[in-house]
Amino acid sequence: MPEITYRDAVIRGIAQEMARDNDVVFLGEDVAKAGGVFKATVGLYEQFGPLRVRDTPISEQAILGAAMGAAMTGLKPIAEIMFSDFFAVCFDYIANEFPKSRYMSNGQTKCPLVVRTGNGAGSRFGAQHSQSVENWCMMIPGLKVVAPSSPVDVIGLLAAAVRDPDPVIFLEHKSLYATKGEVPDGEIVDRLGTAKIVRPGRDATILALALMVPRAVEAAERLKAEHGIDCEVIDVRSLVPLDTQTILASVAKTHRLFTVEENPRLCGWGAEIVSIVADEAFYDLDGPPVRITTPHIPLPAADILEDMVLPTAERIVETVRRSLQS
Amino acid sequence: MATAQDRAQAPGSGLNDDIGEAKRLAMYRSQLRIREAEQRAYDLFLQNLVKGTSHLSLGQEAVASGFAEAMQKGDLSFCTYRGHAHTLARCVSVEKVLGELMQRDNGLMRGKGGSMHLTSEEHGVMGSYAIIGAHLPIACGAAWRAQYKGDKDVSVCFFGDGTTNIGAFHEALNFAAIWKLPVVFVCENNLYMEYTPIGDVTAVPHPAADRAGSYGLERIIIDGNDADVVYRTAQRAFSRARAGEGPSLIEALTYRHSGHSRADPAKYRPEGELEKWKQRDPIKIYRERLQQFGVSDKVIAEIDASVRQEVDDATETCKAAPMPPADILTTDVYADGGWAWRN
Ligand SMILES: Cc1ncc(C[n+]2csc(CCOP(=O)(O)OP(=O)(O)O)c2C)c(N)n1
Ligand SMILES: [Mg+2]
Repeated sequence: MPEITYRDAVIRGIAQEMARDNDVVFLGEDVAKAGGVFKATVGLYEQFGPLRVRDTPISEQAILGAAMGAAMTGLKPIAEIMFSDFFAVCFDYIANEFPKSRYMSNGQTKCPLVVRTGNGAGSRFGAQHSQSVENWCMMIPGLKVVAPSSPVDVIGLLAAAVRDPDPVIFLEHKSLYATKGEVPDGEIVDRLGTAKIVRPGRDATILALALMVPRAVEAAERLKAEHGIDCEVIDVRSLVPLDTQTILASVAKTHRLFTVEENPRLCGWGAEIVSIVADEAFYDLDGPPVRITTPHIPLPAADILEDMVLPTAERIVETVRRSLQS
Repeated sequence: MATAQDRAQAPGSGLNDDIGEAKRLAMYRSQLRIREAEQRAYDLFLQNLVKGTSHLSLGQEAVASGFAEAMQKGDLSFCTYRGHAHTLARCVSVEKVLGELMQRDNGLMRGKGGSMHLTSEEHGVMGSYAIIGAHLPIACGAAWRAQYKGDKDVSVCFFGDGTTNIGAFHEALNFAAIWKLPVVFVCENNLYMEYTPIGDVTAVPHPAADRAGSYGLERIIIDGNDADVVYRTAQRAFSRARAGEGPSLIEALTYRHSGHSRADPAKYRPEGELEKWKQRDPIKIYRERLQQFGVSDKVIAEIDASVRQEVDDATETCKAAPMPPADILTTDVYADGGWAWRN
């Protein structure tokens, strides 16, 4: 199977949906002629033209507001917010407008749009260009929230997000753009709300998202090779809707649960899942669920410091080994 | 120099001038409907039958009616929490509006939205927005869709003077101007943000019009209490928009007769200000206009009676209407009609 980068998968995913449906339009800062600051939209302007791929001013509220107005009246916009940290300057749309208009209008207002954004750390950009903001979005009723970890999932979940009738926040991990993965030829369409078992195992369940998925897989390989511990790694992929069935079934099999979260500690997605497991699968557990997260601090810029705080394969190995062998 | 206001006020030749009898009668009825329904909302609030908050447009009726009467079917209104007037002006029934204010099951959104979020897409009322400025970019998006699809509708976005000081206002104007969108921004300058006079918090005397030049737009200030002036201004802006000539920003001078919201006795007004503006009450102006043009008192009285009847009937229907049932609590969170966030 051919291999492509996560970055090229974004381009291919958008192109696949724009080619299929004229109502799909794309807007953002520097996305058209320049091809995006992460070069994840190169060629779309040339392929689909200036009416469908549009550069905007530095106006995050206008970008998201315009996407919403277009979505309400018949288009299916994809809006890019360059860095997910900038959600904070247009959060009204994410928190108050997209997710509540349907409910408040008793079902009259629709909002089929996708907000794509560069999320996560690893680029040494410091505390305002490196955050993992999935929890900012997950807590809002009415939104859907997706964060793919591989090129094939980027295409499939992006297609599903564009075709979905609800507002979807699509979090691309900046440190994954250069990574490669196998992608079959032809149209790829996945389903929101489905987790993926990326490595089956018997002894413990490790849940991970985005950049934490390859780290969890690496940790699982080392745990098996070095300590004989066989972990099941699940890529959660979709925080809302959340595939609790896959997670609960895995915990019922392995009896142990670990979450690997890039977000700062408080109110991370793992806390929600741990509470669900505690409620519904308490007696399946052979030990306390353990959350492996970034500590509750702003992210430092220096590489040596940033590397100390994000969960690493090493930290996952040590945490799982100590928990299971104690 | 002839201002936009002078042009808009250019006298017509008679009842069948550029506006015409049918339109004038419709505009009178529309304003009176808003006046009577808003007054009723206030009375019902005093009886504790209107719950939550409410922001009335008493005194500002001419802006809503003048714009709505100039709109065509398919044109879209984007309103604020002070949106009862604009919703009624697009011919949504008084019963649906009062029902929502009274938080009954017969309300426009069955009690799920409330007074600040009146929405009736079938009438072109694309929502009432309670976060200051939020709907200006949204109106741009609806206008972008029209431009992209070659649809001929115009998006009309109403907001207050206070809204001109939030970022979204400026983002939206620049955005609409550079993309030449068919959107019309209407600032109802009622002299106050919430309780603070707009002049105390704004760098220029005319909060909207004095900013128009920054976005390459014409400076337009009109008498917002004269529905004819409003109507003519709206028509000009709409034809510009439909002809692909881009957005307009209109500052309509007006005044609210009641407080900002139901909780506000408006003690901050200088003495005599309200009385002065009541001399220029839009309903009074328009009734006199009809009389000047020879409309008989009988015709006017018939309109008055039928509007009062509609409001009375709506009131009784709403009082008798059931409260919303619990089973709608979890509907329409997502497009599948439900609220499931997990499997
Ligand atoms: C972002 C935001 N800030 C503050 C408020 C609180 N608030 C509600 S109405 C209002 C005044 C708005 O004034 P103006 O735009 O002149 O409209 P008017 O009420 O006079 O129609 C304020 C400050 C809000 N709803 N949203
Ligand atoms: Mg005001």
